[in-house]
Amino acid sequence: MEIIKIIGLGLITTILIVIMRQQKPEIAIYLSIAAGVIILTLVLSRISDMIDIFQDLAAKANVNMLYLGMVLKVLGITYVTEFGVQICKDAGESAVASKVEFAGKVFILVLAIPLLGAVFDYIVKLIP
Amino acid sequence: MDINLIFRIAGLGIIISIFNMVLKQADKGEQAHLLTLVGVVVALMMVVPLINSLFQNIRGVFGF
Repeated sequence: MEIIKIIGLGLITTILIVIMRQQKPEIAIYLSIAAGVIILTLVLSRISDMIDIFQDLAAKANVNMLYLGMVLKVLGITYVTEFGVQICKDAGESAVASKVEFAGKVFILVLAIPLLGAVFDYIVKLIP
Repeated sequence: MDINLIFRIAGLGIIISIFNMVLKQADKGEQAHLLTLVGVVVALMMVVPLINSLFQNIRGVFGF
C-alpha cells in the first residue's frame, strides 16, 4: 500500500515543519518543498502507467496522437505550476504565486491556440 | 524515495537554531545571521537536485 507510505510521510513532515516554523521558517520551506517533491515523485510512476493506458486507448480509438500529446503537455504544465504556486503560497508570497499561476495559464493557452485554429478551420468548412 | 532527506533537513534546522541561540547569548548576532545563511544554502544544495530530478521525471512522463 503506497498510500499509507505517503500519509506517514506527510504526517512526519507536518510535525517537523510545525517544530521548525517557530525557530527557522526558512528551513521549514525547504522541508515542505522536499516533502512535495518526494510525494509527487512517488505518484508520478502511477501517472506514467495511467498515461500508457490512455495512449493505448487512444491508439485503439484512432485518435490523433498529436492531440493526446497536447492534452498531456497541458496536464504536465498544470501539475508543475500547481506545485510551484503552492510552495510560493506556503511561504506567504501570494503575489509571486499568482504571477506563476498566470504564466502557467498563458503557456497553456499558447499550447491550445493551434487547436483553436483547427476548430475554426473545421467550422468554416461546415458553413456552406 | 528516501525520507532520510527530510530528516536530514529537519536535523540541520534544529542544530542551526540551537547554535543560533548559543551565539545570540554570546552576543555574536552577526555570526548567528551568517550561520543561518549557511544553513539555508546547505539546505538549498540538498533540495535543488531533488527538484531537478522531479522536473526531469515530469518531462519524461508528460513528453515535454
